[in-house]
Amino acid sequence: MAKRVAMTGNEAMAEAMRQINPDVVAAYPITPATEIVQIFSSFVADGLIDTEFVNAESEHSAMSACIGSAAAGARTMTSTSSQGLGLMWEMLYIASGLRLPIVMAEVNRALSAPINIHCDHSDTMGARDAGWIQIFSENAQEAYDNMIQAVRIAERVLLPIMVTTDGFIISHGMETMELLSDDEVKGFIGEYKPQHSILDVEHPITVGAIDFTDYYFEHKRQQIEAMNTAIPHIVEIGKEFAQLSGRGYDLIEGYMLEDAKIAIVALGSTVGTARVVVDELRNKGIKAGLLKIRVFRPFPAKEIADVLQHVKTIAVMDRSDGVNGRGGPVFGEILAALYFLIERPIVVNYIYGLGGRDTDMKQIQDVYKYLKIVAAGGLLNDRPAEYLGVRE
Amino acid sequence: MKTLGWKGLPIGGLILEGGTAQQYITGGWRTMRPVIDTEKCINCLTCWCYCPDSSIRVENEKITGFDLDHCKGCGICAKECPPKVQAIRMVAESEIRG
Repeated sequence: MAKRVAMTGNEAMAEAMRQINPDVVAAYPITPATEIVQIFSSFVADGLIDTEFVNAESEHSAMSACIGSAAAGARTMTSTSSQGLGLMWEMLYIASGLRLPIVMAEVNRALSAPINIHCDHSDTMGARDAGWIQIFSENAQEAYDNMIQAVRIAERVLLPIMVTTDGFIISHGMETMELLSDDEVKGFIGEYKPQHSILDVEHPITVGAIDFTDYYFEHKRQQIEAMNTAIPHIVEIGKEFAQLSGRGYDLIEGYMLEDAKIAIVALGSTVGTARVVVDELRNKGIKAGLLKIRVFRPFPAKEIADVLQHVKTIAVMDRSDGVNGRGGPVFGEILAALYFLIERPIVVNYIYGLGGRDTDMKQIQDVYKYLKIVAAGGLLNDRPAEYLGVRE
Repeated sequence: MKTLGWKGLPIGGLILEGGTAQQYITGGWRTMRPVIDTEKCINCLTCWCYCPDSSIRVENEKITGFDLDHCKGCGICAKECPPKVQAIRMVAESEIRG
């Protein structure tokens, strides 16, 4: 029987970690992710779980400790945000290159400068090509569910994985949600049986050996293949989780999309806001739809093209800008996904919510209004993106 | 050494056994080669202690030469050879190979 509780996103992620009871957690606190390991460390201190909790002196050290721990064959987790993820940078690539199934709770927060502690996706999007699987959560329930699935996904495909929530909006917002029992989680994730351990003296291995021109490409090709073929595993584990919890998970989730003429593509908490706006527009007879991207890495390009191909006009919502003169990262990915269609929708890019700028229903309504104008043959602005909710 | 394709490699660049450095021939990196004068050598084995590549060949507690498949020509042996002995000198590979 599922237990119904009120929890913040951070509490939900910490609770998932308690139920997972990893062998090792190495972390360094940073707003707004601090609470995750703070709450988790209380579980350890209270003797509820037997995780080896490592208080590292920086995020670089935290990820380094995670790499060592995972190389030893321990089920390993961490949590961070923003600058903390930035400080982990070089180690992120080492974790993925060594194919270590580390699970990270990542709370999306803007990168400095200017210094800011609130939500946008610039931190996670910056790490989009670090070889980590990336899953975005719409609310605390999804954050909890994604964390549990993440353990299975990472250990199946042998790639590290980050599960993200939106800073403060999800991490500190309290919601009602359902928890699985400890035994259900334990049964779902199963026992981790690592293929190799650096501590196994009977079978000595070398981890992190140098590759020159002779082998680097082959090892990278192998890593690329793991990401290229991860999608069916993520789908399968999502279905299995649905059987356990009653909550189904796929790579993407369409809302009122089947007959939509105009649609928004978004990730994270904004999806919830857009859902309400879609309901309003549908009540007025406007064929508005919504596509949520749950799994951003690997990018489900084919699945996205399949569900968006009939839509006339699409707005891609980016909660970060590439600062590259070509709009946001999700926009670029969506354009690439749609390129292979014979008839392509018109796609516009919206940069929104930077540094935690509130994204309310009015803003989303404005996006759909603009889409209607474009769908009716209105002219597109001659700039890389529209900037939603910024003062001119 | 036979090179493998990506499908046949252990995951994540792991090396699944010990002592494999021997299979990797690094002698080709060398520009300076150690040459020993066995008349001068007192077999103190100081060079053997210091060699970072275990490339000093020893039989019956006597230096017999160098493992040139793995010696990278760093010159530590020549440097550490006691000042009164000076049995090892470094010679440019170009001089030897012509």
